[in-house]
Amino acid sequence: MTTSLGSARKQRIDHLAGAAAADGGVSLLLDAWRRVRRSPVFWVGAVIIVLFVLLAAFANLIATQDPSLQLLRGQVSVAKNQLAAAQPGFPWGSDFLGRDLFSRMVLASRQTLVVGVAATLLGLFGGMVFGVVAGALGGWVDGAVMRMVDVMLSFPSILLATTIAVLFAKPNQSTVIIAVAVVQVPVFARLLRGQMLAQRDSDHVLAATALGVKRGSIIFRHMLPNSMSPVIVQATIVVATSIIDAAALSFLGLGSLDASSPEWGQMLGEAQSKIDYQPHLAFLPAVAIIIVALGFTLLGESMREALDPKNRR
Amino acid sequence: MLKYAIRRMGQLILVLVVLSLLIFVWLRSLPGGYERSICAERCTPEKIAELKTVLGLDQPIIVQYVKFLGRVAQGNFGTSARVIPGKSALDVFLERFPATIELSVLAMLFALSIGIPLGYLAASRKGGILDNLSVIGTLVGIAVPVFFLAYLLKFIFAVKLGWLPPSGRQDPTIDATRVTGFFVIDGLATREWDAAWDALKHLILPAIALGTIPLAVIFRIARGSVLDVLGEDYVRTAEAKGLAVATIRRRHVLRNAMLPVVTVTGLQVGALLGGAILTETVFNFPGIGQAVAQSFREKDYPVLQVILLASAAIFVLVNLLVDLSYAYIDPRIRTTGAKR
Repeated sequence: MTTSLGSARKQRIDHLAGAAAADGGVSLLLDAWRRVRRSPVFWVGAVIIVLFVLLAAFANLIATQDPSLQLLRGQVSVAKNQLAAAQPGFPWGSDFLGRDLFSRMVLASRQTLVVGVAATLLGLFGGMVFGVVAGALGGWVDGAVMRMVDVMLSFPSILLATTIAVLFAKPNQSTVIIAVAVVQVPVFARLLRGQMLAQRDSDHVLAATALGVKRGSIIFRHMLPNSMSPVIVQATIVVATSIIDAAALSFLGLGSLDASSPEWGQMLGEAQSKIDYQPHLAFLPAVAIIIVALGFTLLGESMREALDPKNRR
Repeated sequence: MLKYAIRRMGQLILVLVVLSLLIFVWLRSLPGGYERSICAERCTPEKIAELKTVLGLDQPIIVQYVKFLGRVAQGNFGTSARVIPGKSALDVFLERFPATIELSVLAMLFALSIGIPLGYLAASRKGGILDNLSVIGTLVGIAVPVFFLAYLLKFIFAVKLGWLPPSGRQDPTIDATRVTGFFVIDGLATREWDAAWDALKHLILPAIALGTIPLAVIFRIARGSVLDVLGEDYVRTAEAKGLAVATIRRRHVLRNAMLPVVTVTGLQVGALLGGAILTETVFNFPGIGQAVAQSFREKDYPVLQVILLASAAIFVLVNLLVDLSYAYIDPRIRTTGAKR
C-alpha cells in the first residue's frame, strides 16, 4: 500500500502527536491550562458549548409543546405555502406538518449533542483499539494496521460516511452515528499510535520494564494515560465534524427518519426542498449547527495551540 | 529516483486491485440488491430470480468478481439503470467527468488565488487585525456545512438578486458546439463567446461553495508555513546582509513557504470530490458528484461502481504525482521515501 496517502492530514496529526511527546517534566495539561485560560478564543468556545449542553439538558423544560404532534395542522397548507404564525405557546409558529418549530429546535439540540458525542466516542474507541495495538506492538502489526488506516484516510470523509450509511436498509440515528464514527477511526488511530511509539522509548517505560511490570500493565497504566492529551484535543474538534457530517448525510437522504426525535441536521435536510419558499425552516437549524460546530472548533483549536511547544516561550 | 517511482507505481496498482475488490463486494452487499435496481417497481419474485440468473448473481462472489474483471478489461462496466437509463455506465462517467473537472479547477483557482496571498499577508502581520479576522473567518468557514453554504449562495445571488443562474451547466436555449465536453473551453475554441460566458456564469456559485473548505485549509497552511520560514536563520542572514525586503520576501520566504502549500493543494483533490457530491446536488450541476448522489439514492450500481473506481484511481494517482514532485523538489525525501 502507498505510504503517503492523505499525508497532509497525517502530518497534521503527527505534528500534534510530536508536540505532546516533546514535553518535559511539567504536567502537560496544567501547563496547557495556564496558557489556554488567557485565550479569548477558548472562552468563546467554552461559553458556546456550556450553553449548548445546558440547552440540551433542560430541553424538555424549555420546550413548550410535544415536538412530534401536529398540533397546528389545520393552519398549515403546503399548496398555499402557508405556515401557522407565531401564537401563544408557539413562539416561532409551525413547520409544514403543523408541529411547533420552537420546541423542535430546542429538543433537537439533545439529539444533535448525542450524535456528535456518540460518534466521537465510537470513533475514539475504534481508533484506540487500532492505535494501541499498532503503537504498543510495533513491527509488522504496526505496518499492517497503519497501511489500512492510510487507505481509509485517503478517502474523502463524506464519501466514506455515505458508503457506510447506505449499507443499512433503514437509516436511523444509530446508523448515522456509526457511519460518521467510522470516518474518524483512522484519525484517532494514527494520533494514538504516534503517541504510543514516542512513549515506548521513554525513560518511565524503561523504568517500569526494569521493575518487572507486566506488559499489559505498562501499556494501559503507563503509556496510554500519557498519550491522551492530544487525543482529547482532537476529540473536541471531531464533535464538530461529526455534527456537520451527520447533517450532510441527512441532506443526502441517508439520515434518521424518526420524526419523534428531531435533530438539527435532520431538520435542515427536511427543509431543503422548501428553502426558496420558507427559508427560515432551513436557516434556523443551519445557524444552530454552525454556532455549535464553531464552539467545538474554537475550543479544540485553542487547546491545540496551547499544546504546541512552539508557543511555549 | 526512478526506482522510487517504479516502486510507487507497483503499490498504486496493488491499491487499485484491492479497492476494486472492496467496492465490488460492498456494492453487492447493499440492501435491495443489484437486480432490484433494474426492475424497480415491477419486481416480482420470478423476475428477480430470472434477473439473478441472467446477471450471474447466483454464482459465488469470487467467480462474479473474476468475470467482472474480464468485462472491465474490455471496457464494459455495465449499463446505467437510473442516471441516464440505457446508457453505458462508462459513457455516463465520461460525459459527467469534464463538468466536475471544470468545476474543481475553478474552485481550486478560487481557493489558491485568495488563500495564498491572504495567508502571506496574515503571517507578515501576525496578531494584526487582518490576521485575527482571517483566522476567525477560516474557523467559521470550516464550521459551515458545505451544502448549506451552497444553498445560501444560491438563495442570495440566484434566487433573490438574480445575478447568476441557480442551476445547470449551460442555458439549454444556447446552441453550443460540443468538442471536448468542457463547455467553457468549447465556447472559447469555437469562438462562441456567449456560450463560454454562460457556462462560466453557471460555474461561479458552485465553485465558490466548493472552494471554501480548500480555501480555509490552504490559508492555514500558507500562514503557518510563512510564519515558520520567517523565523529561519537564513532569513535573518539575508536581512543582516542588507538585502532589500522585497527580495527577501520573494526569493527566501515565499519560495520556501510554498512547498507545504503545493502538497496540500494536491491533497485537496479528495476533499473536492467529497464536496462535489454536495455542491453539485444543490446546484443541480450535471457532474459526477451529482451522479454519485443520485446513484446512491436510486441504487444505480454500475454507475456508482465506475465512478468510485475512477475517483479512487485519480485520487491515488494525484497522490503519487504529489509525492514524486515533492521528492523532486526536496532531495531529502527521496532517501527517506525509499526506506519507508
